[in-house]
Amino acid sequence: MTTPATTATDEPRAIARRFADRAPACDYWTLRLVDQTHEGLVVRDDVPEPSSIGTGRGAMVTVVVDGGLGYAATADLSATGLAAAAGRAVEAAALHARLGLFDAHLFPRSSARIEYRSPVQQPWAQMTLADKLGLLSDACARMELGERIVERAAWLGHRRVQQLLVSSDGAEIAQTFEYVASGLAATAHIAGQTQTRTGGGADRPGQGGLERLATAALLDDAGRVAGEAIALCEAPECPSGRMDLLLLPSQMTLQVHESIGHPLELDRILGDERNYAGLSFVTPDMFGTYRYGSSLLNVTFDPTVPGELASYAADDEGTPARRVHLIRDGILERPLGGELSQRRARLSGSACARACDWDRPAIDRMANINLEPNEEGLDEMIARVERGVLMDTNRSWSIDDSRNKFQFGCQLGRLIEDGELTGLVRNPGYRGISERFWRSLDGVGGRETLEVRGVQNCGKGEPNQSVYVGHASPPCLFRDIEVFGGGL
Amino acid sequence: MRQDDFYRLFDTLQDGLRGDEVLFAGLDAERSDFVRLNENRVRQAGSVDSAGLGLTLIDGGRQVEGGCQLGGNADADLAQARALLGQLRERIAHVPDDPYLNYSTAPATSERSIDADLPATVDAIGALTDLAAGLDLVGIWAAGAVVEALASSIGHRHWHASKSFNLDWSCYLDRDKAVKASYSGFDWDPGQLRHKVNQQRAELYVLGRAEHRIEPGRYRAYLAPAALAELMDLLAWGGFGLRDHRTRQTPLLQLATGEKQLSPKLTIIEEHQRGLAAGFTDEGFTKPDQVKLIEEGWYQDCLTDARSAKEYDAVVNAAAEYPESLAIAPGELAGGDALRQLDTGILIGNLWYCNWSDRNACRMTGMTRFGTFWVENGEPVAPLAVMRFDDSLYHLLGDRLEGLTAERELRLSAETYDGRGTDSALLPGALVTGIDLAL
Repeated sequence: MTTPATTATDEPRAIARRFADRAPACDYWTLRLVDQTHEGLVVRDDVPEPSSIGTGRGAMVTVVVDGGLGYAATADLSATGLAAAAGRAVEAAALHARLGLFDAHLFPRSSARIEYRSPVQQPWAQMTLADKLGLLSDACARMELGERIVERAAWLGHRRVQQLLVSSDGAEIAQTFEYVASGLAATAHIAGQTQTRTGGGADRPGQGGLERLATAALLDDAGRVAGEAIALCEAPECPSGRMDLLLLPSQMTLQVHESIGHPLELDRILGDERNYAGLSFVTPDMFGTYRYGSSLLNVTFDPTVPGELASYAADDEGTPARRVHLIRDGILERPLGGELSQRRARLSGSACARACDWDRPAIDRMANINLEPNEEGLDEMIARVERGVLMDTNRSWSIDDSRNKFQFGCQLGRLIEDGELTGLVRNPGYRGISERFWRSLDGVGGRETLEVRGVQNCGKGEPNQSVYVGHASPPCLFRDIEVFGGGL
Repeated sequence: MRQDDFYRLFDTLQDGLRGDEVLFAGLDAERSDFVRLNENRVRQAGSVDSAGLGLTLIDGGRQVEGGCQLGGNADADLAQARALLGQLRERIAHVPDDPYLNYSTAPATSERSIDADLPATVDAIGALTDLAAGLDLVGIWAAGAVVEALASSIGHRHWHASKSFNLDWSCYLDRDKAVKASYSGFDWDPGQLRHKVNQQRAELYVLGRAEHRIEPGRYRAYLAPAALAELMDLLAWGGFGLRDHRTRQTPLLQLATGEKQLSPKLTIIEEHQRGLAAGFTDEGFTKPDQVKLIEEGWYQDCLTDARSAKEYDAVVNAAAEYPESLAIAPGELAGGDALRQLDTGILIGNLWYCNWSDRNACRMTGMTRFGTFWVENGEPVAPLAVMRFDDSLYHLLGDRLEGLTAERELRLSAETYDGRGTDSALLPGALVTGIDLAL
């Protein structure tokens, strides 16, 4: 939802004006003001945990001066405090000017004037604290299925982030993001085997208000979550061997995230992340020609999906955001990189320079990375499998520093034999190599099977940053994959 | 934020308490310089000045928590804190009694300030880039002051402040071929930095040889302390907490029930007395000097935070139910003999991205990364292509643990997700008769 700039709240604008009035002498500056509130509620084993609320306000000052680029973050939003931060940013820029990796004038200049608001139908405040705790208590109670259930939890959280980005070139980008997230978890233990199942919207966070609780279905999902935790303890181990693999959207989220999203990040390709998050098996020469996957593979960077976790109108460098294809018909088209990285790499990218908060600088991040649907139904894909496993909901993730050799585990598996779903299996896992795995893609669900999900803990960067990332995907079928179960 | 300012803010705040209200206030503050490097040049340079205030309001059997950012202006900060306290007071009427409410009712004070001789950031980066001339160096410099503090209306006054630097970097030869190092502490010594960079140059020489490729299977291996740290970091995720044990979610459940034993060579201790992390909890409890978690292969004690202590009728011995100051007792293997005793196998300099394959079996997976070599006759002969392991700690630190080194490495956390971390680990290297490589 993007509209022309109208009004940001008065206070951030007043702060921005105070800063502009005393801005340092420099070639270009930006001020990014972040004001956020959050609330978290948890009921565990029928006991409410201490409820928590929080606020956080701060500013990131970025300057380009004398050929250098520097930043400083401060929670002191007085004119004096911001001026002091600007002074520190100028000092940092002097270091960059002396020993910088690139010409600071590559830093993009923004004059965009945009406003964005998350779509909210039912504001968080419309439900009382007592009612929220009551809902969680009821959901928690419904997971009580006897002594085999050893822990139950239900949670509900809200976060509201107001951000104003202004620049010396006249940019004024006011964005308000609102998120409501909920979830359930039940852990069962039977004869030495412990299994946890989640639900109630646990891996479906998104932007919006309390209306999101309707699809989360905390109360209706509670019995299923606890029942499946028990059933998993009693299920046989997932078989080992090469077989077909049908991944539901609850696992495709992670598969797309780790072996498409991260490898396409341009700052990895440029080497910035090599000391921590790693590099990529993708190299600049691959864009435009490399066959990433089968012709069924179509992946987009799409910050325009209403309600998806990482929808926005402009990134934190001030670049307006739009939908672009990353992979089309299996061929790699473009990386995930903001304007600065694009200029360094001389490649076209996407508006995805993002910071997790006011106290971190923007770096290349995923936003909404979506695997586009095809036309097949889930039942049709199952019918095409002679021997395989369906896997549901990620629980373990590990991939090498080039984002190539991976191993993922899921909460729940179901055998597929001769075109039909048969028994439940526990501890299902699979491993593969990204650059081959996507070429074994042999089925992509239709639009009616698409689910919009996301992750709230994508970690990267030095200093470290954790951001929200959206992923939408239908179920997908892969052929001849190495599958395994648990045990010593 | 200065000590006096924090205590003055709290004193004013507590003057406004009503009736039997009890207030705890925690402070997490830092003033840090961060410089990212790539190709031995500055990628991103800047600084962060932050101070987070956390309040817990208790009234009878009820409690609520909240947090806000402080900017450093006394009047504005007091107004922020008062506003937060007011919000908490409104909320507390709407929450039920908390049966696991648990806080220290004994006033206590402590003060620990670790000063440091920090170089100017520009000088440190200049020294590093000069020493690494010609190398493809990538990494992060983080330096400055970190404060953790606690005050309560009961009378707790705890202050833990330190200045430190943490330089964490790697040098790349080609693609994923790299060696990693870190130099962190309180007193900057360019000689030590020179030694570490020179050591990396020697390692890069071996890394330049043709890559050795091996098939999945079981191999003898020596895990350097940095590699063992990755295994311990994953084990910390649910391995030692009392709640994880009582709800049978710990990956060490079979050890705790006595069904399995780890190697008698293995003793793991949480060493609170190391003093790098704060010695107090958010609820005002003082941590014991140490907690023995595993002794000679048998499970001993859990880490118990205030909430679990109340729920399970135990004694508080940790701020959180994961290690902050972990130590593995030294072994008898001389560090210099580790590769000679390995003879032929893999020198694993570091592991990466570990996660659970099956928690019930304490089975984990992860990748080799940074400085991993194929060793023959006790000498690294070639770099090894990255490999995925999938194995159980009941093997790696159990029946296949051949020895631990007598020398240990103190590793200070470079993590900065929630501010600059104060966690640390004191670890030996580990020689194992076999590690299962899966891919």
